[in-house]
Amino acid sequence: MSQRIPVTELTSSFRGRAKEALADSQLRTNFRVAMDSLMQKRADAFPDEQEREGLRELGNHIKARALSQLPDLLEQLEAKLTENGVNVHWAETTEEANHIVHSIIESKQGSQVVKGKSMVSEEMEMNDYLAARGIECLESDMGEYIVQLDGEKPSHIIMPAIHKNRQQVAQLFHNKLGVEETDDVNELIQIGRRTLRKKFMEADVGVSGVNFAIAETGTLLLVENEGNGRMSTTVPPVHVAVTGIEKVVENVRDVVPLLSLLTRSALGQPITTYVNMISGPRQPEELDGPEEVHLVLLDNGRSAAFADAQLRQTLNCIRCGACMNHCPVYTRVGGHTYGEVYPGPIGKIVTPHMVGLKQVPDHPSASSLCGACGEVCPVKIPIPELLQRLRQENVKSPDESSSVNGAGAKYSRKERALWRIWASLNTRPVLYKCFLWAATRFAKLTPSKLGPWTDNHTAPIPARRSLHDLANAHLNTKKNPGGQP
Amino acid sequence: MSARNNILNKLRAGLEGTTPRPDDFDEALVIEPWQYAPEDRIQRLRSLMEAVHTEVDTLPAADWPAKAQALLDSRNLRNVLYAPSTEHGQQLAEHWADAGAKQLLVAYDRPIEEWKDELFWQVDASVTGTAGAIAATGSLVLWPDRHEPRLMSLLPPLHIALLKASEIEDNLYRMMQKQNWAAGLPSNLLLVSGPSKTADIEQVLAYGAHGPKELVVLILEDA
Repeated sequence: MSQRIPVTELTSSFRGRAKEALADSQLRTNFRVAMDSLMQKRADAFPDEQEREGLRELGNHIKARALSQLPDLLEQLEAKLTENGVNVHWAETTEEANHIVHSIIESKQGSQVVKGKSMVSEEMEMNDYLAARGIECLESDMGEYIVQLDGEKPSHIIMPAIHKNRQQVAQLFHNKLGVEETDDVNELIQIGRRTLRKKFMEADVGVSGVNFAIAETGTLLLVENEGNGRMSTTVPPVHVAVTGIEKVVENVRDVVPLLSLLTRSALGQPITTYVNMISGPRQPEELDGPEEVHLVLLDNGRSAAFADAQLRQTLNCIRCGACMNHCPVYTRVGGHTYGEVYPGPIGKIVTPHMVGLKQVPDHPSASSLCGACGEVCPVKIPIPELLQRLRQENVKSPDESSSVNGAGAKYSRKERALWRIWASLNTRPVLYKCFLWAATRFAKLTPSKLGPWTDNHTAPIPARRSLHDLANAHLNTKKNPGGQP
Repeated sequence: MSARNNILNKLRAGLEGTTPRPDDFDEALVIEPWQYAPEDRIQRLRSLMEAVHTEVDTLPAADWPAKAQALLDSRNLRNVLYAPSTEHGQQLAEHWADAGAKQLLVAYDRPIEEWKDELFWQVDASVTGTAGAIAATGSLVLWPDRHEPRLMSLLPPLHIALLKASEIEDNLYRMMQKQNWAAGLPSNLLLVSGPSKTADIEQVLAYGAHGPKELVVLILEDA
């Protein structure tokens, strides 16, 4: 029997964090309320099932088509953007990407950066990287700003501060900004607006993510509701966009269904307040907009996922968050339990490629495989299927080959041996009969502790006679009418 | 350049022996559910935009400057940012002179660096044109240029947008075709579907996050 690890050490693992989150009733309420509402909003945004399914299929085909010619499209995107006056950079690792961003800022002697919401910059831990080099990097999305102010990480990819309620935000603003405490949401947002507007004005560089990069025209498309994305990409003299290599699509028209799928799946909105399409820096006669635009294309494990035709589907993702909104596990344990940038079902299939299974060994199994994530995914990523695949990779022995980073993280000789015994029992009738006979006759010898199973259940006690025996006995009495009625 | 080559080589290796998937884009999926009779188009646009706190008014083209003045008067605003070199900018200036309107007309005629502070904190409202609108999603198409720079529709708390009724398209796909976006896009092209908003605190909707707190769309019915 494996040793129970003390709770204090457990908090650095998925299990430990899950236990803590489950015990936090405020957190659970915050998530339950938010996820119920997001699920309802999505359902309302897709009233026509046929329309929805047709669009999901189309979304899947568009992404699959883009991935099937990804290197060519990336080159086309680069050529078009360059033609439009945008500087394109490539980074294999987050370290390289940070270095590129830092060099750009340094070349402008910049000290203040304002950032629109970008999950890729979270991947890079750009804020910390720049802070360590004396550059302030401020989040400007209201949710991200709240989270950053509290020294936390986002708990949801669309709604970063969804784990907090208004009283918690009120307290935070009061403590950190010295404003009078108010739990009026409008008032809180206005406080954020005033504080950040000053920052937009002063910033030397604006950083943003990208929702879709269009190869045909060399266009970076960003969606948002607040206007902070437009501010970050328009006001500072330099705009640096960071994105994953999987965000490229072939044509402008491809974004029509993808955009609709994205905003309806994420927030139940027919469209976001702003769809910001950037195809170049300020033109000679223009009066605003950045003088320089840069795009950093980041790999960070994506090409490894790409190498495997099945796992490649992970890269269909358009980061809508619908999978987490519908996930019974995510809703209960919250986003921070996952301990990584991308939480929820998509996090479980994308993170292993970025950080390796060794760092997130519990990710593939933190799922009931209920299938809700796959059912709502706007680009039809078969998430449950990919989770099962990662489970297999997770228990591969060191001498089995695998394309997945950190495969075999949960390999155990003991488990392997047990399964081998189980398999031989079930494939050898004589052995099986002997085992069955012994198990039913010596049922009382079953240990009362059976690993994690008995943490929450009583140990199973085998019946006194097997179903096989009972059936045989039953058939014998039928054949023998002289027996008991 | 090595990162670039490494990434591309890895991706190419993954695709060895495969061919690109066919382009089976089915236009009907993005057109058919989003078509409206000409007389319903404005109503569709209006209802979607009103649902996200946008004021939508339909009026004869000749009346819009007076309407703009009334909007500013009723809010007690001090000034309005406009684009003097556009046709509607000139209409506004003429009306302002004729009617003796009290708000100061502020022209966006210098690079932002020269008056950032004023633009950020002192301007109350703006009037811009649009490059059309999309009924399906309730969206304005903004095509900023040197006459009407990008920040005109972002910084002032009140944004008044003029929309010609004849330039409302059914859906994004039609708009894209009509304006031939595939041939090349301007440095910045925007879809705007309401005033700035956020639901980041408890999912409670709050308007005026970073951009305009109010958006008023004036649909010029005979233009």
